[in-house]
Amino acid sequence: MVGLHKSEMKNPVVRWIDERLPIPSMLNQEYAKFPTPKNFNYFWNFGALAMVNLVIMIVTGIFLAMHYTPHTSYAFDSVERIMRDVNFGWLIRYIHMNGASMFFIVVFIHIFRGLYYGSYKAPRELLWILGVVILLLMMATAFMGYVLPWGQMSFWGATVITNLFSAFPIVGESIVVWLWGGFSVDNPTLNRFFSLHYLLPFLIVGVVFLHVVALHITGSNNPLGIEPKGPQDTIPFHPYYTIKDTFGLCIYLIVFAFLVFFMPNYLGHADNYIPANPLVTPAHIVPEWYFLPFYAILRAVPDKLGGVLLMFGSILVLFVLPWLDTSPVRSMKFRPLARPFFWMFAIICVVLGYAGAMPAEGIWVTVSQVGTAYYFMYFLVILPVLGKIEKPRPLPESISAPVLRGGGPIMAGAAAKPMEKA
Amino acid sequence: MMRILRTTALAAALALGLPIAAHAAGEVPKPPAQNWSFGGLFGTFDRASAQRGFQVYKEVCAACHAMKQISYRNLADIGLSDAEIRAIAADVQVKDGPNDDGDMFERPGRPSDRFRSPFANEKAARAVNNGAYPVDLSLIIKARGGGADYLYALLTGYRDEPPEGVPAMDGMHWNDYFPGHWIAMGRPLNDDQVTFADGTPATTSQMARDLTTFMAWAAEPELEERRAMGVRVILFLIILAGMTYGVKRKIWADLKH
Repeated sequence: MVGLHKSEMKNPVVRWIDERLPIPSMLNQEYAKFPTPKNFNYFWNFGALAMVNLVIMIVTGIFLAMHYTPHTSYAFDSVERIMRDVNFGWLIRYIHMNGASMFFIVVFIHIFRGLYYGSYKAPRELLWILGVVILLLMMATAFMGYVLPWGQMSFWGATVITNLFSAFPIVGESIVVWLWGGFSVDNPTLNRFFSLHYLLPFLIVGVVFLHVVALHITGSNNPLGIEPKGPQDTIPFHPYYTIKDTFGLCIYLIVFAFLVFFMPNYLGHADNYIPANPLVTPAHIVPEWYFLPFYAILRAVPDKLGGVLLMFGSILVLFVLPWLDTSPVRSMKFRPLARPFFWMFAIICVVLGYAGAMPAEGIWVTVSQVGTAYYFMYFLVILPVLGKIEKPRPLPESISAPVLRGGGPIMAGAAAKPMEKA
Repeated sequence: MMRILRTTALAAALALGLPIAAHAAGEVPKPPAQNWSFGGLFGTFDRASAQRGFQVYKEVCAACHAMKQISYRNLADIGLSDAEIRAIAADVQVKDGPNDDGDMFERPGRPSDRFRSPFANEKAARAVNNGAYPVDLSLIIKARGGGADYLYALLTGYRDEPPEGVPAMDGMHWNDYFPGHWIAMGRPLNDDQVTFADGTPATTSQMARDLTTFMAWAAEPELEERRAMGVRVILFLIILAGMTYGVKRKIWADLKH
């Protein structure tokens, strides 16, 4: 349809723009009026927090890049120069460094929120898949960012992780040389990692945009996991959720600030304050904390290729989760059988993280193996089977209706087919 | 090719969970926790102690250990005056150049110079240190797991003889806290090795404590500013959170749940 947009904007300047480029109308529709389920709990803050965190990372990162030198001879010293001589350089760097940890904390909670309340189920499969793409991009970005200070853990972490690709038969060695741009992790590697570390966040922005668009097509899930039945079940995003997200943002910033100002190196590794030395291997090479569960999965099997495949598989399995979980009920609130398995899964993820930080020997190998087995069992066996055998509790009739106790006037079959009622 | 093989083998060993060097190194006790002026959430550097620590570094450690991240001007942070800093800097000869004739030359140091390194490069350092490399100390507190407690324990943890039953190692020294116990650096601090201008007795533990305070400052010169800013930022955020919560309650009050 060609022609000026019929704007409802009052302000003549905004109206003039809106008629030609209806972004004000779009924002008004998608961020002010946007009908949102009225029953969110605070776990629904974490998507907004992740977006704020992404912006914080990009802004601090741009300023760091103004002072950083991606060369093996200067990288470490240029970071120290930022810490000591650049005005508030220590603040910018500590925000960026701890911002990575905060980003993963926020995103992990966001993901577990989705797992618990079944946010990945139809019709939100693509929304979920885009989220997994964001997670993968984040992991690549964080990994390459950790290499840039060119400390011991930067260098050896890069060496170990890039070497994983050599596990693939025939082409593996060539892939590794191609990744390195040489025959070891060296200046070309650092250069390309810096380039890609600057690029990937903008790809993340792009996928986040798609993630949000997809969200605004399907609408948000909610703690009950049932679709809104009408206007009585929803409230406009603004002011209700803008203010609730703002409050959540304040709490998040308090935690963030505590890390930055009072324990900025707590989540890091001391060895990364030693300049990279290809001739000295650290006693323990450990990745950043947010990779530890995956690191434990990598080391769980006594076969390099197997470990690598399992590690990649642990993320890839998330892509097909919407089709693995056969239960029509979204929220674990109404899934008495699935709920304990979910909490077990959450605990296992933490245990795997712990095992990933320990030397891979003795009891920790066993712990990693049991944890890895459960991780995959949960997705590949438990969720598919539970959907078939579980008898979910009756779902409430609507978001507004009080949660029914002991049956009530619920239509037969309503619990089993909630999706069709949407 | 050899490097690929070596790194591949290493990665494979890690992937397979083979113990590498870690436990071959031998167990060392956890360094006992000390009470530091800069410890806790709100600590600040004891200026007098840090200055004495600088003296210990200058008169003892600097013979072998560089601190190339630190400039003489930075010493103003721990309370040295402009004149003192100029005098300290002028005490060393710094290589500069090339001049208009294309020659390198030596000149007295300036406050803007980095601490002069005792050796021209790592090879030169190893050549006169029995093959061992005295590490740069600029970041030593951040670069060791135990931080300040570890450095203090290391400096005071030397024994003249290894424990009974452990054969002596030529050219190495037994330390209770160094990973693997055998350290190339000989006992660096002995009682009355330096004379403090403020009359503080220069016991080994006193020097170790002062030196650690100085090193803690050198590793984190922003620490005091950071914590002071942190207090203000967090107080601000708590008040903001409280007000935001009030607004949130008010906005949501008109909703029937």
